[in-house]
Amino acid sequence: MPSRNDIFETISMIREECLDIRTITMGISLFDCQCDDEKRLCSKIYDKIMFHAKELVKTGQDIEKEYGIPIINKRVSVTPVSLMCGGISRDGALDIARTLDRAASELGINFIGGYSALVQKGFTNGARTLISAIPEALATTSRLCSSVNVASTKAGINMDAVALMGKIIRQTADLTADNSAIGCAKLVVFANVPEDNPFMAGAFHGIGEPETVINVGVSGPGVVASAIRRAGKNVNLTEIAETIKRTAFKITRVGQLVAKLASERLNTPFGIVDLSLAPTPAIGDSVAHILEEIGLEKCGCPGTTAALAMLNDAVKKGGVMASSHVGGLSGAFIPVSEDAGMIDAARCGALSLEKLEAMTAVCSVGLDMIAIPGDTPEEVISGIIADEIAIGVVNTKTTAVRLIPAGKEGDMISFGGLLGEAPVIPVSRYSPAVMINRGGRIPAPLQSLKN
Amino acid sequence: MKAVISVTGCDAVGIIAKVSNVCAEYGVNIVDISQTVLQQYFSMIMLVEIDSITIPFAAFVDKMSELGKESHLDIHTMHEDIFNAMHRI
Repeated sequence: MPSRNDIFETISMIREECLDIRTITMGISLFDCQCDDEKRLCSKIYDKIMFHAKELVKTGQDIEKEYGIPIINKRVSVTPVSLMCGGISRDGALDIARTLDRAASELGINFIGGYSALVQKGFTNGARTLISAIPEALATTSRLCSSVNVASTKAGINMDAVALMGKIIRQTADLTADNSAIGCAKLVVFANVPEDNPFMAGAFHGIGEPETVINVGVSGPGVVASAIRRAGKNVNLTEIAETIKRTAFKITRVGQLVAKLASERLNTPFGIVDLSLAPTPAIGDSVAHILEEIGLEKCGCPGTTAALAMLNDAVKKGGVMASSHVGGLSGAFIPVSEDAGMIDAARCGALSLEKLEAMTAVCSVGLDMIAIPGDTPEEVISGIIADEIAIGVVNTKTTAVRLIPAGKEGDMISFGGLLGEAPVIPVSRYSPAVMINRGGRIPAPLQSLKN
Repeated sequence: MKAVISVTGCDAVGIIAKVSNVCAEYGVNIVDISQTVLQQYFSMIMLVEIDSITIPFAAFVDKMSELGKESHLDIHTMHEDIFNAMHRI
């Protein structure tokens, strides 16, 4: 029998420290739905998703009940839809968006990802069609998530795409302006996007993936923060790193168990466990509070980047042995609106956009869920994207940008549910317009030449 | 297959009897019990075998939670594998 202490530790992690499985995401390939008749294409996509994922929610609920571990989200990701858009019109791309949204609603899942394009080196016709449809697609659906990969370490940065995404984010914000620019909360711009990420809004089913796959994202910032609190103020940082590693191991083992069970029950291959610390706006589920528990007066103060670097590294070291396949984004997330501690820090001015940018150099993923003034010009948005993407390209890591232009500086913008709320933080008003409008490609850095 | 039933709360007469009765009613076999009372605080861990269970395991989990609510106890029933996964390499 497991020891009494182990049993009560597990129960208190779940009941008091918000340990949960953040998402079971089923990836589904749409390649065999390809068809030049737009109506038929949509019906084939709908049928395929419904066929493979019909038991997803129920299976998640069953595992949750039997093992006593909350599984917060069940989701689906599909082949990047731009690959299906080569021969169809913009209206056809919008029909696909509505089809995916309808399937998600029927399945009872909260998000479906894959309204995506990969344009790190340039645009195909399908990618152009899809990207032009993104603002309207996100404004007319509720569960659809979209992502665009504009750069990679191998390909460099497609600055035409960076400029275009500034416009697309602006248009998306304008079309959903009466609803806190919610469309922008479902749109991510990536560098080095992983093809097996289970987390939204950036999930899609990559082209090298099997027909269907189960990927699992774990969570547990509250568990890590509690473990550090229990370690006390008198231990050094080596011991704190050890504490984080041990905790991450335990969290990830639960993710591995759930992934294995879901894969068996859904008769779908197991893909990866994503070793992430994903916060929610709930009290006791914050990455910023871990950093403050390590010893920062407020997240964002000097020392934050170093503390986050240690946290991120220790999470990966602890988690990697706990799972047979690790992938996705794997690292600590720092979405501002989805983290109670980040919201506080941004509200009191301890956390600036520039500090967040520095933090993203040492963690997963990027400038995430940040509200910026609603009148921010598109070139400035593109400039912020370019900076963040450059960090990813040069450091051979994934970075991403999910900005929400809404309201005025100091306003609180609320998105509801897990998306939380964020204060609008100031953005430099000096313009990078001339650079952004040059377009072209920033060449791949030297570190891309590894062969 | 085994499951762990954990029971915590204020000590009272008949807690083990109540939990055991529900187990017996649904064909759940008790393998091991570890129980302590510290001051007025009761804490018990029961390892049970669920191979011959007569209702779906999820329904049994609900029955135990209901019993917990009725008796003002905190009762969690979880598959043993979650503890093994988390605490054993």
